[in-house]
Amino acid sequence: MDDVIVVEKVSKVYASERGPVHAIDRFSMKVKEGDFVAIVGPSGCGKTTLLWGLTGLHPFNGGKAYILGEEVGKPRKDVGIIFQQANLLPWRNILQNVLFPLEVMKENTADHEGRVKDLLESVELTGFENHFPRELSGGMQQRVSIVRALSYDPKVLLMDEPFGALDAYTRDEMDTLLLGIWKKTGKTIAFVTHRIEEAVYLANRVYVMTPRPGTNSALFDIDLPRPRPEGITMEQKYFEIVAEIKKRIVKDVEKQKEEGVYQSQAYSTVT
Amino acid sequence: MDVYEKQLVEEIPDFEEHVPEKHGAFDISATVSSVKIHGWKQVTGILAVAIVILGGLELVIRLFQVPEFVFPAPSATFKALVTSFPNNYTHFLITISELVSGYVVGASIGLILAAVLTQVPYLEKVITPYILLLICTPTIALVPLLMLKLGFNIWPRIIAVSLASGPMVMINSVTGFRRTDLAKIALAKSYGATTFQIFKMIRFPLALPMIIVGLLVGGIFGLITAVGSDMVGGKIGLGNKISYYSSLARMAHFFAIIILVATIGISIWIIFSRVGKKWASWQE
Repeated sequence: MDDVIVVEKVSKVYASERGPVHAIDRFSMKVKEGDFVAIVGPSGCGKTTLLWGLTGLHPFNGGKAYILGEEVGKPRKDVGIIFQQANLLPWRNILQNVLFPLEVMKENTADHEGRVKDLLESVELTGFENHFPRELSGGMQQRVSIVRALSYDPKVLLMDEPFGALDAYTRDEMDTLLLGIWKKTGKTIAFVTHRIEEAVYLANRVYVMTPRPGTNSALFDIDLPRPRPEGITMEQKYFEIVAEIKKRIVKDVEKQKEEGVYQSQAYSTVT
Repeated sequence: MDVYEKQLVEEIPDFEEHVPEKHGAFDISATVSSVKIHGWKQVTGILAVAIVILGGLELVIRLFQVPEFVFPAPSATFKALVTSFPNNYTHFLITISELVSGYVVGASIGLILAAVLTQVPYLEKVITPYILLLICTPTIALVPLLMLKLGFNIWPRIIAVSLASGPMVMINSVTGFRRTDLAKIALAKSYGATTFQIFKMIRFPLALPMIIVGLLVGGIFGLITAVGSDMVGGKIGLGNKISYYSSLARMAHFFAIIILVATIGISIWIIFSRVGKKWASWQE
């Protein structure tokens, strides 16, 4: 299997009033075709910056990144993005929201109607086509945004803490739903989250980033059965993996504190 | 890490969603939801109040034999409205055409200026004080000057109407176009949207509720100015009829004209609250 996403020592520095902020420092990763990879790390380690860099909306300052062999840098039809907020357009109904990317890309929406209907059904939103976003719950809105990202059938999905704004129960449901969609569509997924439990439950492999500036700390292969059995999140083995990753992150923070370079993110707006 | 000290132009982006301000200079919900009439109970209530007021007025005026030049009975006003309508019809049309043509010109210019200026912040800052000046100056005051140049016809009035309505439309539309929702623009950009697509699919719909408010307020300001210009300009128009009848103390006819003017104003309100309900109700 080929590597669909290749990230080679990318770096990102922002300008701020208090001088440059190094968000990412020489971070590398690889994602195989059809793989599900999660990126975790403490708040402010540059996870979101990494994903935005991959979308080309906020390009990296250093290093190179490729998706499907093509260097990133501009919006493209083979990459779908799901943001932290559903960010639906309130003046469009659900169907119009889902078709929005296709309209921007000047595609004939009729050609995609069948798939869009299937997708809406797979996220249990059939019958809500003519509703408006304000009539839907947060979880439903985020499901719409998943369908929107899949409407133009991209090969790669970049997800930036998509369920971070939802309550714990809805979040668990959404995780299961996402695994269902992944199994059905076989997309390559890079998933950013600060919840280690979620990363372990969803992904085949978990990249751990150090505190800012975010760089490679560790890579964990998640050795849990597929498809994930019900109740896996209550089993010993699952907890052990989660604990191992947590220990790693705590160690990274301790190490930075010893070196005196740790920047607490408690007051930061960069995630 | 000095390798990438090179282009530190980009500031820390804000990844949060920006919810646009719900309330601008004027709130669309005032036009959409303030008057909702449902059910026979409310309708009968409203009608009952009208009957009590008009009937009471009629009764008091007849009982005390109040002369027409002091206050006309509702029945006399109604009679005047019907009998003088053939005579007032042309004046009604003149005021309407002043209003409509002045408004179409003023509102179009205001809307286009707002759309263009908000794209260039420097220009917006330079032009806005002059727009405020136009808003704060009653443009009726310019009618005598315009009449010296253009004569005793409807042209000075059309210009006055467009000068009154245009800035109103513009200033509200500017508020609308300023509500840039960065997250939604980023979303469109992530699909490769062009500047024009972003305007058409994000900025314009986002601004639309405020534009509709501007069109409504501009319409009312236009009506005030049309009637006022008629009074100043003389000879033709409903405003002229108002001064004419009041100078003769023919108060029943005077009120009949007031009813015609009010009908135009209410129509403007109804049109834009309908438009608002259809195109801006997502904001509620």
